[in-house]
Amino acid sequence: MLEIKELHKSYPIGDSSLHVLKGINLSVKQGEMVAIMGSSGSGKSTLLNIIGMLDQADSGEYILDGLLIKNLTEKKAALYRNKFLGFIFQSFNLINYKNALENVALPLYYQGMKRKDRQELAMFHLEKVGLVDWAHHLPKELSGGQNQRVAIARALAANPKLLLADEPTGALDMNTSYEIMEFIQQLNDEGKTILMVTHEDDIAHMCKRIVRLRDGVIMEDSKIDQVRAKKNV
Amino acid sequence: MFDLDIWREIFQSINKNKTRAILTGFTVVFAIMLFTILFGIANGLENTFKKLFLRTADNAITLYTGTTSKPYRGLQIGRRIFLNNEDLDFIKSEFGSQIEYISGTLTRNYNLRNAKKKGDFTVMGVGPDYQYSEKAEIIDGRFINLKDYNNKDKILVIGRLVEDDLFERESAVSKYIDLEGVQYKVVGVFSDNGGDSQERMVYAPTTTIQKLYTGNKKLDRIVITYNPKLTVDQALVLVDKITLKLKNKYNIAPNDQRALRTGNRILTEKKRLDNISSSLGILIPIIGFGTLIAGILGISNIMIFIVKERTKEIGIRKALGASPKSIVLIILLESIVITTFTGYIGLLIGVGALQAIGSSLERYFITDPGVNLSIVFSATIVLIFAGTIAGFLPAKKASKIKPIIALRNG
Ligand SMILES: Nc1ncnc2c1ncn2[C@@H]1O[C@H](COP(=O)(O)OP(=O)(O)OP(=O)(O)O)[C@@H](O)[C@H]1O
Ligand SMILES: [Mg+2]
Repeated sequence: MLEIKELHKSYPIGDSSLHVLKGINLSVKQGEMVAIMGSSGSGKSTLLNIIGMLDQADSGEYILDGLLIKNLTEKKAALYRNKFLGFIFQSFNLINYKNALENVALPLYYQGMKRKDRQELAMFHLEKVGLVDWAHHLPKELSGGQNQRVAIARALAANPKLLLADEPTGALDMNTSYEIMEFIQQLNDEGKTILMVTHEDDIAHMCKRIVRLRDGVIMEDSKIDQVRAKKNV
Repeated sequence: MFDLDIWREIFQSINKNKTRAILTGFTVVFAIMLFTILFGIANGLENTFKKLFLRTADNAITLYTGTTSKPYRGLQIGRRIFLNNEDLDFIKSEFGSQIEYISGTLTRNYNLRNAKKKGDFTVMGVGPDYQYSEKAEIIDGRFINLKDYNNKDKILVIGRLVEDDLFERESAVSKYIDLEGVQYKVVGVFSDNGGDSQERMVYAPTTTIQKLYTGNKKLDRIVITYNPKLTVDQALVLVDKITLKLKNKYNIAPNDQRALRTGNRILTEKKRLDNISSSLGILIPIIGFGTLIAGILGISNIMIFIVKERTKEIGIRKALGASPKSIVLIILLESIVITTFTGYIGLLIGVGALQAIGSSLERYFITDPGVNLSIVFSATIVLIFAGTIAGFLPAKKASKIKPIIALRNG
């Protein structure tokens, strides 16, 4: 599904540069659910953004679903993002003047799907996250948990192969966090590959594998027994 | 991709961000309103000038004489040249159909009196054709005719204000006026849209003035109205030919500008109108262009601000698979839609303002200010163009925003 070899990334800071990723090697198979952990500033988001083609690595090899991701034009990157990837962010990143349904339908719009079809499909995904009754509400009229569920529905709408989540529960209280994790686990049960950045140990243990970053390299990578979110609610 | 959906996106974006749209729109409304009003006022000025200069027949040519300023054919300079009655026939026989009306004039000031009143007036000896050259309109009686002219009859045609002065409320026709001891019969009264001084004129047959006061056949001026079918250029050629013929006849050097002069209204007026229009023609586009540029800059600025405000949205759209092209398109189309729509509002306000001004500014030389359809049409094109230019750079910039940067600034 995903193959990363000797990935390096540094950011220019004034005259010098900050070496953030110093040779990452990571391989993720179809159906895995991986938590990326590490202290603040260790490069978790950087790694996830490169995987999400929102950012580019300086060197190294990145193969996604058999495709070498290198020197992509903006247009190509947009196409791949739309086809392969679904994003869930800590701050939801919904478009504030669009209602829940329209937000969920947006990636389908960029796929060129017909209006009627994409509204139907968007509604289907909203139903999955239990928000049919809220379909016509704006993000500001929804709670944090509801907004994150809209974001999950949106990430799922385009039927991506890989779901990337950067601290999806970071802005939520514990109960809501577990609710969201329950959804994500459910998606994984259905076969979606999931990569998730998190700070919280309990959230990380709801995944099936934990990758720990320190000083720009992976210092620990271990399979774990998944804790189900359901029984914690 | 270029279908109803993109328009839905644009109208939703405008609709849900009204403050933003109003902000942009206001600049455009103002620019276009100013643009329209300026154009309208310029048209009003032009209308005034046209009206001012086209009062007398615009195809009239006047010939004057003076003293020679160049020696020619052995003759010395300083010779006084006079035109006379024979020149009328000479010109008519030489130029025939190119000439519509011709008449010689003699102007003198005399004291006119009747039983009740008296006053000093300008008396002008003219031929029967003169009525048409001056565009004098007979309101009572008739103008001087050929019989009066040939018989050297003692008759007068007086201006409306002369009648008012000497006859008060009564009709002057068939009454008599004493001119330096000679009794003249009034045969007609005229009005003239050339102003008060024209309506204070008194016309008599040239031949009568010559017989009774000057004792010769000399004329002050010859007024010719050329065939209206001639173009301005052909008329100018005609003027040149007439002066050359006369110069030859009177032994005047062809390049002598003083001995024989032409006051031809077409030329001077056309020149004057051209000057005024061309200075307006230069000024107005400059002002108009300036307004538009200011408008475009204003919109550009606001669009840049809008792009900043929408950075995060653009980042989200890109993360969801929006191509750079589609980003350019939504920003650009939004700019064009707002400019075109609010531009129209500006145009309507401007046209409304011009209509409200109407005739109230006539004393500032503005007559019937207004804009015509072709200006409205070109303004629309300019608007769309302006919207495109104003939106393009910010849109281009927006499309280059890296999604990661856009999302981080959340
Ligand atoms: N665009 C950038 N320009 C310069 N430095 C950057 C940029 N993005 C990230 N960094 C730096 O790179 C380092 C890694 O950042 P990253 O966001 O990947 O950390 P993180 O592990 O996600 O941290 P956190 O847990 O706080 O989210 C940090 O020191 C950060 O300041
Ligand atoms: Mg981070």
